[in-house]
Amino acid sequence: MAAQVLSRAELAIVTEDDVVTVRRRVRDLAHQRGLDSFATAAITTAASELARNVLMHARRGTAVVEEIANDQRKGLRLEFRDQGPGIANLERALAGGNSTVRSLGLGLSGSKRLVDDFHIDSTPGVGTVVTVVKWARF
Amino acid sequence: MAAGSIPILRVGANLLVTVQTDLHDAVAEVFQQDLLATIEKTGAAGLLIDVSGLDVVDSYVARVLADTGRMAKLMGTETVIVGIRPEVAATLVRMGYSMAGVRTALNVDEGLTMLPRK
Repeated sequence: MAAQVLSRAELAIVTEDDVVTVRRRVRDLAHQRGLDSFATAAITTAASELARNVLMHARRGTAVVEEIANDQRKGLRLEFRDQGPGIANLERALAGGNSTVRSLGLGLSGSKRLVDDFHIDSTPGVGTVVTVVKWARF
Repeated sequence: MAAGSIPILRVGANLLVTVQTDLHDAVAEVFQQDLLATIEKTGAAGLLIDVSGLDVVDSYVARVLADTGRMAKLMGTETVIVGIRPEVAATLVRMGYSMAGVRTALNVDEGLTMLPRK
C-alpha cells in the first residue's frame, strides 16, 4: 500500500548550518510522529550523514522531509537529491569504510543500517538521489 | 577557559569539557585546537569529554571526538569520553562504528576514577 504523505518540506543544503537545520527538523518531526528515542536517534543520524554527504560530495543539494502514514503506522521519509559527481561504484560505497572525503566513510553504509527502507539512484555526472524511510514501532 | 563556545573546567589535575552544542565543522576545529592548547597550558594529566548532552552523534562528530582523544594522547594526556547515551551507543554500533581504542565511562564520576588524582 502506498504511504499517505501528511506533510512535505524541502530544505536546501548549501552550508554546514543547513545540515544542522535538516537534522533538527528530522529530530523534531520524528519525536512528534511518535518514533521512540532509539528510532529518532537512528533517523536523525542517518539524515545527518546523508545531508553531509550531499554537502561534501556535491557541494549543494536538497533534502525533502515528509511525514508519512499507512493504515497501521506513521513514519518519516527523507529524500536527499544532488547534482554532484554521482557514485561510480555503488557497491563499494555501500560497503562502507572507504571514504573519499573527510569522514569515517560510513555515510551511506551506516545510514542504510539505521533505517527501515533505503534506496539509492546514482548516475555518474548526473547526480544522486537517496531515499530512506523510518517507521514508528507498533 | 573555553573551547570555542564550549567551556573547559579544571577538576583537580584533569580537564572536564561538556559538549552540548552541535559540533559542526567550524566549531569542531576550534574545539580541538583550544582544547589541545589548554592541555599544554595547564599540564592536565587527563581529559574528560562529557557528551551526555548530545542525543545525536553522527560519524563526523564521533570522529572528531575520537581524534581529539588521539591528539591529547600524543601529548601525553589520557582522554575518557563519558555519558554516551543509550540511543547514541546503539546508533554508532549499528552504523559500524564502535569507537574502538577510545576509553569511555558511564558518567563523569566513573570517568574521573579512570584518570590520575593529581
